[in-house]
Amino acid sequence: MNIHEYQARELFAKFGVATQPGGVAFTPEEAEQVAAKLGGKIVVKAQIHAGGRGKGTFKNGFKGGVHLCDTPAEAREIASKMIGQVLVTHQTGPDGKEVGKVFVGEAVDIKRELYFAILLDRATAAPVVIASTEGGVDIESVAEKTPEKILRIGVDPALGLLPYQTRKIAVKLGLTGKLMSQATKLFTNLYKLFIDCDCSLVEINPLVVTAKDELLALDAKFGFDDNALYRQPEILAMRDKTEEDPREVAASEYALNYIGLDGNIACLVNGAGLAMATMDIIQYAGGSPANFLDVGGGATKDQVLAAFRIILGDKNVKGILVNIFGGIMDCNIIATGIVEAAKEIGLKIPLVVRLEGNNVEAGKKTLADSGLSLITADNILDAAQKIVAEVKKAA
Amino acid sequence: MAILVTPETKILIQGITGSFGARHAQLSLDYGTQVVAGVTPGKGGQLFADKVPIFDTVEEAVKETGATVSVVFVPPPFAADAILEGVDAGVDLVVAITEGIPVNDMVKVKHAMRGTKTRLIGPNCPGVVTPGTGPNSHGGCRIGIAPGYIHKKGNVGVVSRSGTLTYEAVWQLTTRGYGQSTCVGIGGDPVNGTSHLDIIKMFNDDPETEAIIMIGEIGGTAEEEAAAWVKEHCKKPVAGFIAGATAPPGRRMGHAGAIVSGGKGTAAAKIQAMRDAGIAVAPTPADMADTLIKHWGKSARYDS
Repeated sequence: MNIHEYQARELFAKFGVATQPGGVAFTPEEAEQVAAKLGGKIVVKAQIHAGGRGKGTFKNGFKGGVHLCDTPAEAREIASKMIGQVLVTHQTGPDGKEVGKVFVGEAVDIKRELYFAILLDRATAAPVVIASTEGGVDIESVAEKTPEKILRIGVDPALGLLPYQTRKIAVKLGLTGKLMSQATKLFTNLYKLFIDCDCSLVEINPLVVTAKDELLALDAKFGFDDNALYRQPEILAMRDKTEEDPREVAASEYALNYIGLDGNIACLVNGAGLAMATMDIIQYAGGSPANFLDVGGGATKDQVLAAFRIILGDKNVKGILVNIFGGIMDCNIIATGIVEAAKEIGLKIPLVVRLEGNNVEAGKKTLADSGLSLITADNILDAAQKIVAEVKKAA
Repeated sequence: MAILVTPETKILIQGITGSFGARHAQLSLDYGTQVVAGVTPGKGGQLFADKVPIFDTVEEAVKETGATVSVVFVPPPFAADAILEGVDAGVDLVVAITEGIPVNDMVKVKHAMRGTKTRLIGPNCPGVVTPGTGPNSHGGCRIGIAPGYIHKKGNVGVVSRSGTLTYEAVWQLTTRGYGQSTCVGIGGDPVNGTSHLDIIKMFNDDPETEAIIMIGEIGGTAEEEAAAWVKEHCKKPVAGFIAGATAPPGRRMGHAGAIVSGGKGTAAAKIQAMRDAGIAVAPTPADMADTLIKHWGKSARYDS
């Protein structure tokens, strides 16, 4: 789950992580009001779940999702060109994202840009702090070209981030003198936020030193552990479904694990590993997968039906591959679900079904007797080759 | 001899009265597994399936029945505590089937388990199967949720992060006449108890295991670490497969651990590491058994 920049700032405020003053505005009038309260030079930033906003272009021709302004009236003018418009950045894809709100903040005079992140290190099964003097740029390329500029500090989960560790990081980042106490406080509070909110990642890029020698978190990226959302109602309330793929939202309502992709061959599989492997084998056979879809170990007829609806709601889909290894699950129950779904929805594109496992003969018979023009396959490769051939034939 | 568990191993099931736990407890009993106890707090003194005693705590269950392995079917909010209860009771092995445990909970569990004698497999895993000698491998030790009948007793060790992909590999082996020594699902979470490498070391030392299939997926670097060890130390032929070559970066592919982020954990890097280690990599999931058999060069007849 992702959150907006303005929500990240709300979390910072709650945990005492210093950030620039500002607020969210849903209308140009609100933008003007927020700007008037702040006074001075103002920054207006479009709020979407995608990076590259500054260099993006709105479909109405307005350039840039981040603008500086001198007056509240100007903030209102800029906000009116953003709100309700579609912003296209290198991360949104050509369709772009509709901007529903803007962040209006005090413009900051930046002296230095740093990088600070906390994430889970899988190798040690513990949190790790990553910091660098090279902020405001792509940290991956810093790590690649100048690895000596990346500082890694492992955290003992039983002890947490210790004061001496925060001082060590501060010194390595050149945050000495008056800045040191600001730095240790910010790092300590951010670690508390990371743990208390069940984050998988908190990345501040850039962490800035202003001309007034203030240390501020200027932009942030959060990742949350989906498994822990049940105990994070405040975080869950920040979910913005309009930012998500509508197919993924629909799938989550039926407890289906779905991720939309760009290809034209949809797949419906039980088990995450097998679902990934099915996508891979579609590509191996010369096709392109339209989605990842794991119906889980105990899929019901309703879930299969919902899965078919979601798959067929994607206009790019030109063929469907069903790959089920029914270990405990009865293949005939799956076969019955497929037949009912196909009949109810009125399937007009090729469907290849590969069933294996428990009660597979009965399942195959159900498919054969259904009168549907579906194609059966004996193994995954055979199934992938058949659906790729069918889709090419139809094109 | 197999690894981790044998048909004689006595197991207890935490969460035996929940619908999921009960269903799989029954399937394990049907398979001939020594399910000797169940644990559900507040239901101590009752019986499961008219014969398996239920206890309030793992400690009592271990003391009364001599169980050495605990299987956790407890729901996510309570699973970390259940795992540590098993550790406290001193079992040799805890197998956590539960899917969806918060990663912070597992970080705490992993650190709390340091220095204890208990090994953890999982969480979010299908479990462990050491096939038996009866029809459809009946009489073996089935811990978790894998279908028992797809197995066959033999000499291939299988280790995987994924459930259905493991079944796929096992079924390919069985239908070609090749049996398995032990099949281990280590789970799809980013923080788990036992790694590919831990299991491969055990297979390497197990006289009954003659060849190994290792199935991985995108995310993390566990497969690379296992491959590096195989290159230097493994005496047995290994075949592998990595799922997720087509997964887009930054998207979690069903398993919490299956995510390519920051250029790390790609399928291409893992496949390259495996090839460099002399592991035969199956080009597709349909070829896992055939790739091993070709690399191994052993006929099925000898095996059965």
